[in-house]
Amino acid sequence: MNELLTRRQVVTGMGLLGLGLLAGCDGSTTALDFKYGKDLSNKIMGRTFKLTDTQGEVKTLSSYRGLMPMVFFGFTQCPSVCPTALARAAQIKKIMGEDGKTLQVIFITVDPERDTPQILDAYVKQFDPSFVALRGTLEQTQHVAKEFGVFYEKEPIGDTYTMSHTATSFVFDSRGNLRLGLSPSLSAKQCAVDLTTVMEVC
Amino acid sequence: MTALLANAARVLALSLLAGVSFCALAETRVDDAWVRTTVPGQPASGAFMRITADTDSKLLSVSSPVANNVQIHQMSMTNDVMHMGPVDSVPLPAGKTVALDPDGYHVMLMGLNGQIKEGDQVPLTLTVENAKGVREAIEVKAPARGMMDSMDMGHDHGSMH
Repeated sequence: MNELLTRRQVVTGMGLLGLGLLAGCDGSTTALDFKYGKDLSNKIMGRTFKLTDTQGEVKTLSSYRGLMPMVFFGFTQCPSVCPTALARAAQIKKIMGEDGKTLQVIFITVDPERDTPQILDAYVKQFDPSFVALRGTLEQTQHVAKEFGVFYEKEPIGDTYTMSHTATSFVFDSRGNLRLGLSPSLSAKQCAVDLTTVMEVC
Repeated sequence: MTALLANAARVLALSLLAGVSFCALAETRVDDAWVRTTVPGQPASGAFMRITADTDSKLLSVSSPVANNVQIHQMSMTNDVMHMGPVDSVPLPAGKTVALDPDGYHVMLMGLNGQIKEGDQVPLTLTVENAKGVREAIEVKAPARGMMDSMDMGHDHGSMH
């Protein structure tokens, strides 16, 4: 217990120190103190990705520099958690108002075999016209999932399949540092609070 | 007489509006059924509803003319990993309303014959079996709702924290 408290104090201290440093925009990724989400500032993961958008253009994390990318892995035949997460993202954008314009929602398919660029494009745009979808080959998909620590697996059912997958939304700051993991159990309001913290970084 | 007819018409209109057609003899009630709209080329969608059986029963299967393959799936979440898979049946304890919603059990409509558009009425046939082994077929017309619409279906994700 005592040790826990100490650790928390240390983390808080680091957070405060970080705020001071970050005010100077020195490119550091000191831990952030989030109210609801998981701080991923110091994790060696989600450093970048290289995938293709629905127009056939190759995109990496730096393609979204200056924006606050929020990455979600899913598939369009997903009946529950994916539409819920994307609808939540659209709500978050609304809640954040003018600030929400910097939020770039990126949907990465874990089912590139069935999710064609056409389906993906129409799918994400029905939530918000600003949302983008990215897609890779099977190897690229495996690679990007590994980079983000995302689990996904086909669940065979007869001659078809559904999928299980990690449902976390990953948020980067405007300089491309991974910052925040948002659980699917959080409300749009709760997410917006933590996203505001990410925005305050530089 | 006219008033009676008008009343009957109103009841009919209301039940049509609710998108639920029910049989007066049915032992199982289905409320608030809806299907998620799809985009062109999307071959699968989900159907959601609330089911109340008056005796211990189970939902065995669902069929629909809009899809070649209809299954009942269960979604579960462990450490933010969503797991999905088919189930043999859904228990319907007597008098208890069981929700088929995006957070748990749901009906998967796979191999869709066409796009499901907002406002479509999707026919569903539920097969429910009671404890005595008697099967009942329940016909439901589920309206199709858009992606953002379905957000207001009363699941408050924030309540978990």
